Amino acid sequence: MVTASTELGYNSKVEGDVVVTRADAVINWIRTNSMWPMPMGLACCAIELMAVGGARFDIARFGAEVMRFSPRQADCMIVAGTVTYKMAAHLRRVYDQMCAPKWVIAMGACASTGGMYRSYATLQGVDRIVPVDVYVSGCPPRPEALLDALMKLQAKVKREPATQRLFSDDAPPRADLH
Amino acid sequence: MASGNDQSNAAAVTSAPEAGNLLGFLRNKGVAATERPSSDHPAFNVPAGEVVATLQHLRDEQAFDLLMDVTAIDWAEGASPRFTVVYHLLSTTRSAYVRIAVNCASDTAPSAPSVVSVWPGANWHERECFDLMGIKFEGHPDLRRILMWDEYPYHPLRKDFPLAGIETALPDADVTAETGTRVLAAPMAGGPFVATSGEINLTEAEPRAKDESWADRRPRPDQEGLKQVRE
Ligand code: SF4
Repeated sequence: MVTASTELGYNSKVEGDVVVTRADAVINWIRTNSMWPMPMGLACCAIELMAVGGARFDIARFGAEVMRFSPRQADCMIVAGTVTYKMAAHLRRVYDQMCAPKWVIAMGACASTGGMYRSYATLQGVDRIVPVDVYVSGCPPRPEALLDALMKLQAKVKREPATQRLFSDDAPPRADLH
Repeated sequence: MASGNDQSNAAAVTSAPEAGNLLGFLRNKGVAATERPSSDHPAFNVPAGEVVATLQHLRDEQAFDLLMDVTAIDWAEGASPRFTVVYHLLSTTRSAYVRIAVNCASDTAPSAPSVVSVWPGANWHERECFDLMGIKFEGHPDLRRILMWDEYPYHPLRKDFPLAGIETALPDADVTAETGTRVLAAPMAGGPFVATSGEINLTEAEPRAKDESWADRRPRPDQEGLKQVRE
């Protein structure tokens, strides 16, 4: 049975201990554990990305199971596959539509470097068009490797000066692109 | 599907479709076809002006009811004719293929008649052929590039186009302005990646650069000593 609380305001007997912390730590703790991915599945690596979402590997354990197909609701773009030059501009547009703070994982050899597609049609690494936070090697990477990348990204996000960036332009410096 | 029409077609050509029979058939129809050397299926050279009629006859009277492929050959710069357009037809009722080849008159601005009027499915085949080989299909209803973007200045499957590509602009100027990225020639780092067919060991068979001067596992002969020191 649910009874309406009659308490108004703070009551130390009810609320228990007070935790003192820094805003950075709280904000980063929230961010790291609800990092919604934008599944940019462009080729075979996307199949492994799907496996990561399945029950066996269960990306939900890391709070990143909510694959958002709208960039406006996503925090972390997982580029899983071969990026052609024709696709590169669209990928950048999707990235531009994601709300800051936002991160990018380059999953697999193709997204990281162009992989085996050393050809006229393939962008030689997605870091030429968007800033990449974590690269995952493999062709395709094992699902565990992607989970590892996600954990690495979480560790990276935990070190970010979140409060400083709250009121500043969060755009990454241009030097990240080359 | 098995209409009376199909069966009568099949019945008319139940005998093995020998190249000679088909050649005789085309000649009877007034097509100046000549036999073309082929190691598998019957193949014929046809003048460019008669290709639409040829395909129509083969479809309507010889039961070649499926256009498998429209592609082209680039015989490399300097050859004349430089470009040959090739059509592959399949008869689903008698399981036979035939190949029709058309030499393009011009070596610099090759063109061929479009066969979309006979097979609507030729539309995308011809667009691909135009995109990658630069063959202009006369009479095509919508001859745009299909794989590369519209402004792309080259035809990448031509023999004189390098696999790595040629530096050019990205399709979207605003993205270039934002990122400073252009289409660059890909680094070849020891040649293109090729798979070794027939290799049992998958580690050996997987695609790799054949010139492995940079690989850990197979040092260059002059680095043999170095490798041993490291191990
Ligand atoms: S890295 Fe390998 S598996 Fe992944 S998209 Fe490229 S070719 Fe496919």
